[in-house]
Amino acid sequence: MNLVRAHILVCGGTGCTSSGSEKLITEFETQLSRVGMADEVKVVKTGCFGLCALGPIVIVYPEGAFYSRITPENVKEIVDEHIVKGRIVKHLLYDESVKDEEIMPLNDTNFYKHQMRIALKNCGVIDPENIDEYIALDGYKALGKVLTEMTPEQVIDIIKQSGLRGRGGGGFPTGLKWDFAAKQPKGQKFVGCNADEGDPGAFMDRSVLEGDPHSVIEAMAIAGYAIGADQGYIYIRAEYPIAVNRLQIAIDQAKEYGLLGKNIFGTDFSFDLEIRLGAGAFVCGEETALMTSIEGKRGEPRPRPPFPAVKGLWGKPTILNNVETYANIPQIILNGVEWFNNIGTEKSHGTKVFALGGKIKNTGLVEVPMGTTLRTIVEDIGGGIPNGKKFKAAQTGGPSGGCIPASLIDVEIDYDSLISIGSMMGSGGLIVMDEDSCMVDIAKFFLEFTVDESCGKCAPCRIGTRRMLEILTKITDGKATMKDLDNLKLLAHSIKASALCGLGQTAPNPVLSTLQYFEDEYIAHIVDKKCPAGVCKNLLQYKIVPEKCIGCSLCARQCPVNAISGEIKSPFVIDQSKCIKCGACMSACKKQAIVKE
Amino acid sequence: MKSLAELEAIRNKTINAMNIRKDGENGIRIVVGMATCGIAAGARDTLNAISEELAKRNVSHATVSQTGCIGMCRLEPIGEVLEPGKEKVTYVKVDREKAVRIVNEHIINNKPVVEYTIGAVEK
Ligand SMILES: Cc1cc2nc3c(=O)[nH]c(=O)nc-3n(C[C@H](O)[C@H](O)[C@H](O)COP(=O)(O)O)c2cc1C
Ligand code: SF4
Ligand code: SF4
Ligand code: SF4
Ligand code: FES
Ligand code: FES
Repeated sequence: MNLVRAHILVCGGTGCTSSGSEKLITEFETQLSRVGMADEVKVVKTGCFGLCALGPIVIVYPEGAFYSRITPENVKEIVDEHIVKGRIVKHLLYDESVKDEEIMPLNDTNFYKHQMRIALKNCGVIDPENIDEYIALDGYKALGKVLTEMTPEQVIDIIKQSGLRGRGGGGFPTGLKWDFAAKQPKGQKFVGCNADEGDPGAFMDRSVLEGDPHSVIEAMAIAGYAIGADQGYIYIRAEYPIAVNRLQIAIDQAKEYGLLGKNIFGTDFSFDLEIRLGAGAFVCGEETALMTSIEGKRGEPRPRPPFPAVKGLWGKPTILNNVETYANIPQIILNGVEWFNNIGTEKSHGTKVFALGGKIKNTGLVEVPMGTTLRTIVEDIGGGIPNGKKFKAAQTGGPSGGCIPASLIDVEIDYDSLISIGSMMGSGGLIVMDEDSCMVDIAKFFLEFTVDESCGKCAPCRIGTRRMLEILTKITDGKATMKDLDNLKLLAHSIKASALCGLGQTAPNPVLSTLQYFEDEYIAHIVDKKCPAGVCKNLLQYKIVPEKCIGCSLCARQCPVNAISGEIKSPFVIDQSKCIKCGACMSACKKQAIVKE
Repeated sequence: MKSLAELEAIRNKTINAMNIRKDGENGIRIVVGMATCGIAAGARDTLNAISEELAKRNVSHATVSQTGCIGMCRLEPIGEVLEPGKEKVTYVKVDREKAVRIVNEHIINNKPVVEYTIGAVEK
């Protein structure tokens, strides 16, 4: 019998995979065989560690050495030095994890210190393709407990008392939803999991499925027992091949162990799961559209009521929850209501996973207790804004949400605080913007997204959002009037009130919220014909300052459209009618004589 | 899966192997000097002996790893036992048999094998 005395964890999340972590795994195996240690050192492919910006990530235990940005060339060095001789390769370590020449526990680094991992508990810890590792860390114990010790009513009571709210966007109390479905007459019912994750910039659900797929499977079985369903569907977008693959492996392993299938834990309860692939339309994340899509029809929303809990898939009572919502369930069952109620704020219990993106140093995946301030997320966990720029705002809730301006950076984030400042939790995308971001341009970006994704079924959304986008384009082109701004607001409110589904109802939010905090920027575009952040190209002018220009002609030679002319040794000028605003001249000028305004 | 006991059995089978991944957890660390002279003196065999014994006895509160030059080549193979809150214990000239005793008496029963320590040998 041999003891595996070291584990090399290599991140197999999408981020690190795209920066080449698969190659690292084979290289580690090759190098370990070369030194004859393949038996005593185990290479484990895990899910995301969260610090995707520094990927590929490798952690070596028992020392807990956190290596970042590892290339196949580094692997030999790690094996020869660290594994064979026990000398940690300092120059490859994540710099924040070293203090006074010693490795600090990862949980003491700024990135991890403020985090609390419930949904991501096993991500980056276990091998997601090995059910035994999930079981070793108490996996399927909650399902066992529920099936052998509790009635469905007791399960629903616990979820209700925990105050768990849906992590997919709306924040609806999960226990109540289950209760509605459970109270429907006995018969065929379904459990659904929403893994559509359409919000641009979001990858929380993908990471959970890639790093810990069994937690979702276990939770869905628990939900099935609670409401009286024997069949579940996981709706996941086909663009997530790694997640789909691991999920399928996990389902197969669970079936093999009899944790899915007939008479689980020797009880009367049977439950099965199937994956359904979505084509990646944003609207298919909306619950009624998702269900029509699972039924094999075109994914279009339908009016509610009837709610899915009453009439869902194939007209049968159905509950639909988000991936992250499910990932919380086994932990609540195992640790109890009181534990969960002590985490977070009064009305939002537990944690929330965010995908940090945009102008931030540590882009990646973070999980924090509800009530953590935006400042902690941006400055401590996120490591601040790169290049010494100033924080301007953060967008939460993606195309359905809004922005939090710098003045509100100390807001404690939970469902209700975000609503009260005109944004929303959404599924957890958090995009940071610095002083160089134009808020009108941001609003336009999200609206372009919703216009593209509108399914076209109802007029307010199909026509209204398009009209809004036209006005925004006029504004960023410098062709709008204040009358247009009034129309923009009117349209926004009427679409919100009359669109059929959540996509249309929330589409105006990014515009309304940037208007609430940055109306002056809109006005600058409209009245002064200026983009204060210098983003909107059509409002920019490149100009040569005659006092600074030495007439060297460097700029003129760079200009792709010959817009610059002049005589050597006297100031040059830019012909604005020809200039295409490429900026080439500005970088060419050695005298900083060219300005953008 | 027919019962909770069956689940528990799978758990127990894997949990020891996973303990190694606990971050900053304060278990016992055994380190073996594995620089050039250590390897020449048979440190590789010592390390294997310790690993095997830990596995055989199902020890989950100790990890074994290697380190570089400890600085006393003539006493190799050298093994150190580091336990939070306690003095480091250094064992010298650790062969297979000594390794087995160290694991059983020191790691499992918490009684350092004084006669193998550097203090005793150097006298
Ligand atoms: C346009 C639109 C897109 C949505 N996309 C998602 C999604 O990608 N993932 C998700 O979990 N919920 C999404 N939702 C919310 C779902 O309709 C539903 O509320 C949610 O899946 C319920 O699960 P929860 O209560 O666990 O959050 C979307 C809603 C709308 C209106
Ligand atoms: S609001 Fe938009 S996405 Fe929703 S049903 Fe209407 S057109 Fe389709
Ligand atoms: S911005 Fe580009 S197109 Fe305009 S003057 Fe400079 S180089 Fe020419
Ligand atoms: S490169 Fe600068 S200094 Fe030279 S001609 Fe152009 S603007 Fe004048
Ligand atoms: S994908 Fe590797 S750390 Fe996120
Ligand atoms: S090389 Fe072994 S003690 Fe120095």
